[in-house]
Amino acid sequence: MPQKLWRKPLDAEKIKLPKPEIHIISDLCKGCGFCIEFCPKRVLEKSDKLNKRGAFPPEVVDESECALCSFCTAICPEFAIFTIEKKDKEDNQDGEKE
Amino acid sequence: MKESDLMLRHPLAAYLRQERMPHIWCEGCGNGVLLNSFFEALDKLKLDLDKVVVVSGIGCIGRAAGYVNVDSFHTTHGRAIPFATGVKLANPELEVVVISGDGDLFAIGGNHFIHAARRNVDIKVICANNFNYGMTGGQYGPTTPLGSWTTTTPYGSIEHPFNLVHLAAASGAVYVARWTTLQVRKLTDSIKKALGKEGFSFVEVISPCPEIYDRYNKLGTAVEVMKWFKLISQTQHGCTPENAEISKRQIIIGEFVDIKKPSYGRLLREMTTRVKESFQEKKAK
Repeated sequence: MPQKLWRKPLDAEKIKLPKPEIHIISDLCKGCGFCIEFCPKRVLEKSDKLNKRGAFPPEVVDESECALCSFCTAICPEFAIFTIEKKDKEDNQDGEKE
Repeated sequence: MKESDLMLRHPLAAYLRQERMPHIWCEGCGNGVLLNSFFEALDKLKLDLDKVVVVSGIGCIGRAAGYVNVDSFHTTHGRAIPFATGVKLANPELEVVVISGDGDLFAIGGNHFIHAARRNVDIKVICANNFNYGMTGGQYGPTTPLGSWTTTTPYGSIEHPFNLVHLAAASGAVYVARWTTLQVRKLTDSIKKALGKEGFSFVEVISPCPEIYDRYNKLGTAVEVMKWFKLISQTQHGCTPENAEISKRQIIIGEFVDIKKPSYGRLLREMTTRVKESFQEKKAK
């Protein structure tokens, strides 16, 4: 959730912020650091664990900060990171009840 | 979850030959970003993958033909455009895309490029410009900026480089754009637009070459080069291509040309039907 709100939006209860899910295929990563550098929310960080290819893949610092802009997916030259919207089971059940 | 399963869940997994991953390109190379943008454009357009053909020449980016999950050609040096022209004329239903490098398209293939643009052959050319011949060890090429250091210009290049967008526009391309690998969204939109256009479309992609060109010219790591692109690139849509020269102080990016012109394939088909009809009329008489 965004932290600074000067008033509560009228539809805050209806609209749910999409929950991000970040997947890193660490063995494909060559450690160029584009995703870490150009993430607007600074969600990623260089990990200190070497992968199969001898590079340091990124790791997620705080997944809830992710705004699902998918810029990391777009800029990754190795197709090694992607974000998708998390489908929450509880949300679906609520929706069915309504 | 296993890594191989995760690879299959990637939103662009359908466009990639997964068995050939990871690719050979260096860490931070712009070619991967270009390929990513191209896939994104294909994904957004929802094109039938059986109707897309990728042709590439020799060079680092030439490997792209092996990584795309569509019918593809990896042709001889400089001859990507003639192959693509043949494919397009033989089967006009296909969407033919040439993905190649600056050395391939403008040094050995320079003549093919200008004549394909002059004829307005209905192919899309995406050029990865990394300012040198990366695959063979960093020799200077037709796009190496004046004064930059390569293995064959140890005291700085004394040759004036091509302004690729100007060359394409002057030769008669209907769509000309230039982006760097940092502007992935704009690049995707440009490729999308180019794929939708009839005629010769050209998209130049300024790409970092962190292991060779950028290292010799002390531009730093791939991330630093991308930051440098951010600093010096200026978006000027509709700018006269002549003025859009690349220098160390600025790279002018944007869409430069967007015009309409009948394509070679269409004119050829129209002429063939016309000639056939007149021949049949004469025969009937």
